[in-house]
Amino acid sequence: MSLAAETTARSAEGFRVSRSRRNVAWTGAGALIVVVVLALFPYIVYSGTTTIMVQAFIVLTLASMWNMMAGYAGLVSVGQQAFVGLGAYFVLFLALHGTSPFAGLPVAAIGCGVAAVPLWWLVSRLRSGYFAIATWVLATTVMLFIEKFPSLGSGTGMSLPGLSSYGPTLLLAYTYWIGLAVTVLSLGTVYLLLRGRLGLVLTAIRDDEVAARSSGARVGLARMIVFVVAAIGCGAAGGLLAISQLIVQPSAVFSVQWTAEMAFAVIIGGLGTIEGPILGTIVYIVLQQTLASYNAWYLIVLGLVAILVALFARRGLWGLADKHLNVRLFPVGYWLRITGSAGRSGAMKGE
Amino acid sequence: MDWVNDVIQGILTGGLYALFACGLSLMFGVMKVVNLAHGDLAVIAGYVALGVIAVTHIPVLLSFLVVVPIMAVLGYVLQRTVIQTALDRSVLTTLLVTFGLSVVIENALLQFINANSHSLGTGNAIITSSFSLGSQIQIAYLLLLLFGVAVVVLLGLQYFLSKSKYGRMIRAVADDQEAAQLSGIDYRHVFGIAAAIAFGTVALAGIGYGMYSQFSPTTGTDTILLFAFAAVVIGGLGSLWGTLVGGVVLGVAQEIGSQISQSDALLAGYVVFLAVLVLRPQGLTTRRAQS
Repeated sequence: MSLAAETTARSAEGFRVSRSRRNVAWTGAGALIVVVVLALFPYIVYSGTTTIMVQAFIVLTLASMWNMMAGYAGLVSVGQQAFVGLGAYFVLFLALHGTSPFAGLPVAAIGCGVAAVPLWWLVSRLRSGYFAIATWVLATTVMLFIEKFPSLGSGTGMSLPGLSSYGPTLLLAYTYWIGLAVTVLSLGTVYLLLRGRLGLVLTAIRDDEVAARSSGARVGLARMIVFVVAAIGCGAAGGLLAISQLIVQPSAVFSVQWTAEMAFAVIIGGLGTIEGPILGTIVYIVLQQTLASYNAWYLIVLGLVAILVALFARRGLWGLADKHLNVRLFPVGYWLRITGSAGRSGAMKGE
Repeated sequence: MDWVNDVIQGILTGGLYALFACGLSLMFGVMKVVNLAHGDLAVIAGYVALGVIAVTHIPVLLSFLVVVPIMAVLGYVLQRTVIQTALDRSVLTTLLVTFGLSVVIENALLQFINANSHSLGTGNAIITSSFSLGSQIQIAYLLLLLFGVAVVVLLGLQYFLSKSKYGRMIRAVADDQEAAQLSGIDYRHVFGIAAAIAFGTVALAGIGYGMYSQFSPTTGTDTILLFAFAAVVIGGLGSLWGTLVGGVVLGVAQEIGSQISQSDALLAGYVVFLAVLVLRPQGLTTRRAQS
């Protein structure tokens, strides 16, 4: 019996299973309004704000991918910069061969997904901490390999061609809209994946891997799908980075700082919640803009806050909000309500 | 003769890499902690040595007498506070926390010191001179010394773990934490001691690297951590002597790679690492996969 049919059958027995404690139709409407307002930003705000927003889109896309890996699939990768860099370089490569960077971006994202399959095969042999460093080594290896191509600028990198026909204002607006599209697609994909069958399998693995395996859950496949989807998302963010910076340098796009930023945004916002990366990205951008004139300080502060949150508030700021206010904008779990004669009125949470 | 020289240089460099790796291996073996800040701690040890030498004017080769105890105390304290708190939460939390520490340490060094490269003991004759073996082979006294230190450290660790009272406790806790606790062992204290030892080896590695090459705030992550990890995986997870084998293989691969070009040295090392991961994921020295 499919899950939907099962829940329908159950609800006839005096139980009611719902996604949320409250009606979430307003969440969808609210999200739509937010996206429409954000889409109008280039017409109403200064270009400085738009530039910061593009940066926020990059961090949010990366964070939502990292959250899916670490928060739901238990894969702590410290090497996501491999795909940020590959995405940027795919866009550069296509642009050098005459494809517009805007058209090249989706191709680059898919390319990163394809590249992720053999890379997954390499690192999937290792667990938890060793997996983390292995992805890091892999990212460095990919960078050293890319630096071997003089046509891509070797170790110094090169500027991105193909965008000089746009005026600066129009280019920024296009970049912003592409960034918004990438972010909305990323968040939507992660939400739908985790809400569906994959989310169930991942939850089962998190609770008890052996039991999940023996119940027929394809643990390896589920983790691979997460890794590949995260590579596509990070690749898209990398392509966006190349377009917004107009230059691709290996040490910049393959910097471990990308992973630090996405991880800190997720930890502070709330690991294992859909809303966490959004909140974390806002905190990140605010901190970064506030401390911008103090060089490395924003990463020091961000790192210290992330350590404290990881130690003392494991589900981050959103977890605190959820606990005290009972809000969930993007519910991926189920709520069981017992109604009528079946028992006392109450609710059980299952995620 | 060229490649004979490469192999000899690679083997000797492998001693330094084993020093990087054994602390990482020990902390994983005992506490199941993969310390992502491992390399940054070695860099901290390098800066501490710089400071100690500048203040006390002791010879650089004796600086370890001060730096190793400082790092060991830091290891014990860090383990009993931050790392233990993270361990009580989950393995995932220890990863997040040590990664956070790594980023914080690196950026704090950039912020409070600077991005310049430093090295230790540049004026010291023993550190900079070498002797000839035949007409082609030059052996640096320093590399020979570091290889000797690595062997002594590994022998000492093995003896300590198999023969001493604390070594027995460490093995007991690593084997079965709850059973050890029921037998009256305070596992937190034992973890602290294991961390102190690991940080002591990190201090030696940091000083050694400072004499062998140059370090800057970013050396910890882009060089030391990755080399240490590659050595651990090549040698075999959880094997103490495997770190020396892994270090030697990594060193030889890098030396041979450097024959093609300087930038190929790193790539050659990582390609060997990936090849081991594909062909022999359990490493070169262990029989079965342990991870």
